[in-house]
Amino acid sequence: MQIIESGNVAAALGVKLSRAQVIAAYPITPQTPLTEKLSEIIEAGDMTAEYIPVESEHSALAICIAASSAGARSFTATSANGLLYMHEQLHWASGARLPIVMCVVNRGVGAPWTVWNDHQDSMSQRDTGWIQIYANDHQQIIDSVIKAFALAEEVMIPVMVCYDGYLLSHTYMPFDIPEATLTDSFLPPYRPAYCLDPDEPANLNTVTLSDVRTDINGVKAHGYMEIRHLLQQDMLASMDAIERVDSRFKNIFGRGGSPFIESYRSDDARFIAVGIGSLSYHLRDVVDDLRDEGISVGVMSMQLYRPFPYQAVAKALKDCQGVIVFEKALSYGYQGPVCSDIKSALYHYVGPEGSRPFVLNYILGLGGREILTKDLYEGLKLSCTTKPSSPDKPRWIGLKL
Amino acid sequence: MHTKTNILSLPEEELVYPGNRACAGCALGIAYRIGLKALGKNTIIVVPPSCLTVLQGLYPIAATKLPCLNVTFASTAAAATGLLGALKARNRKGINVVGWAGDGGTSDIGLQSLSGACERGDNFLFVCYDNEGYMNTGVQRSGTTPIGALTANTPIKGKLQRKKDVPAIMSAHRIPYVATCSAAYPLDLYDKIKKALTYEGVKYIHIHTPCPPGWGFEPRYAVKIGKLAVETGLYELYEVENSNVRLTGASEKLMEKRRLLPARDYFRAQGRFAILTDSQIEQQQQEVNARWEAYFNTTEDPDEDTPD
Ligand SMILES: Cc1ncc(C[n+]2csc(CCOP(=O)(O)OP(=O)(O)O)c2C)c(N)n1
Ligand code: SF4
Repeated sequence: MQIIESGNVAAALGVKLSRAQVIAAYPITPQTPLTEKLSEIIEAGDMTAEYIPVESEHSALAICIAASSAGARSFTATSANGLLYMHEQLHWASGARLPIVMCVVNRGVGAPWTVWNDHQDSMSQRDTGWIQIYANDHQQIIDSVIKAFALAEEVMIPVMVCYDGYLLSHTYMPFDIPEATLTDSFLPPYRPAYCLDPDEPANLNTVTLSDVRTDINGVKAHGYMEIRHLLQQDMLASMDAIERVDSRFKNIFGRGGSPFIESYRSDDARFIAVGIGSLSYHLRDVVDDLRDEGISVGVMSMQLYRPFPYQAVAKALKDCQGVIVFEKALSYGYQGPVCSDIKSALYHYVGPEGSRPFVLNYILGLGGREILTKDLYEGLKLSCTTKPSSPDKPRWIGLKL
Repeated sequence: MHTKTNILSLPEEELVYPGNRACAGCALGIAYRIGLKALGKNTIIVVPPSCLTVLQGLYPIAATKLPCLNVTFASTAAAATGLLGALKARNRKGINVVGWAGDGGTSDIGLQSLSGACERGDNFLFVCYDNEGYMNTGVQRSGTTPIGALTANTPIKGKLQRKKDVPAIMSAHRIPYVATCSAAYPLDLYDKIKKALTYEGVKYIHIHTPCPPGWGFEPRYAVKIGKLAVETGLYELYEVENSNVRLTGASEKLMEKRRLLPARDYFRAQGRFAILTDSQIEQQQQEVNARWEAYFNTTEDPDEDTPD
């Protein structure tokens, strides 16, 4: 069924269709309407789930961690400082290999306070062992939430579904709500291999030594490093699972097909602009204009940021002349995190004349600074037409010092 | 009147294996062993980092026969709520959910999530074992370290502030059951846990838990020190049932007999109070006397003739 609704409602409907069993919620702008909507759906009796209004985000994820350990499909959502407040719990959830799904409605982080959109919140959590998916529009939000549960439960790694605060969370767009009977067949009830139960006692997340150790039957058990190595291996291997889940979804619902990156007018492009979320659609408009002027340029959006789809990224970018990465986040003291990762993915791909594409970085839109089409147009055009100088230093768009 | 458990009626089954990793003479070992007997097998325990994490064993060996979830330091109570949510979703009924944390994990870093759970009225038991300091990290001061105690980070002057009254904070949430216990009175602890489990909502049990290396006494004296704390009147055993306060067990007897041991006996038996001067001890004695005078006034003096 097609409806016109906000991005937050799209996410809430995705959670409803996924039949999450335990939902922990703490308010923070611009996530709040999502968990409010869920409380309304549950109070109205349209969904059976435990809705737990916690006293902090740290506790929100604690609830999900415990509920997931005890075998329930668990969901929470947050933004900005709420996500940062969860930091310790993010590592705990992935270390404990729990298939929690969380929506991160992207917002800039304090200080100073801002409630508006950028990507610093989720980008700064990239090393916590969570899968990170970014949605570009409302349809992708609802679809990604449903796919995220299927993925998380297959690979036993928690998943963040990230989307732009306000630009997507509070704007209204048409999208299709998948049929509940179809989502039920796509996403069967959660059946973990083990969950906490007095009938089968186990001690989870115990202190684990540096070295391997035998159990009481003399069988070798992993040490801390083996457990962590397996997280890394499974995280990398999850890219196959992501493709499988995406194609299963596409077979049923007819949408998807580009779970890693989404390319626009890129096949023959000499230059490729890279963006995340709604910005990538904004860049499409700019690229259309530049194409009209005869500049061979396309857009690539990152749909998946962790695990980093380095092969897909390299394949898409290695043969072009220049890559221009537009970012709403910064690794302070260096450059945008996506820019660094793209450079590293391209490192092994050297062209016939010993050349690689140049990679430029633009920082823009921090704390919701308006991104003018004119500025994107000028920045991208300049980058496609002049030889870049000091490419390692990010340039800033829209700065008014 | 509920029947009191005695040593003969205590369940024989052990849910804590012998030979765990607690220090020799650790009173937590007593409290945990007896506590789990009271909880029984149909229980899931939540444990934050603390001496109990160590007692529980190192992967892949565990010291308890119950399912246990180790969680982050601040999140014991919230995790207990999460377990309840999952059990309800899975339609698993009659399982006790229990958070078992140290005093730091309860009175300091864990207080916010515990308070949140109390306000929501989630149905679990929270046990705080109070060894009056951050023992796992090497005996630093906590909110419940008593005034005057030397710790690793109050090494010269001793702690300058009073002990935080956590059971009173819990009572202020108007949860249905709050009780204080001591590891030195394990049967009282057993009965109070049993009683707690009959209530719906958050139940809170605070256990005074002497710690030989942290408090500076020989391992064999853990029970003796625990009893001294009660018999000097410094630590009261009581229950708050639906907001009604009542001294219990050894403290109730003390009230009836109207005879406290000198506080000095307790302080002088422990290295951590070595810098307390006689006048500081006297000052604490005055405070205990004043507190107990109020208790005495609520009962009749056994030495006075009772009028017919
Ligand atoms: C967030 C966080 N901060 C600090 C620590 C370090 N830490 C681990 S155990 C502990 C002390 C625990 O004290 P308490 O709760 O009183 O239990 P005890 O060790 O005394 O039994 C501390 C400070 C931690 N694990 N996590
Ligand atoms: S330090 Fe104290 S509380 Fe901790 S295990 Fe040793 S005796 Fe027990």
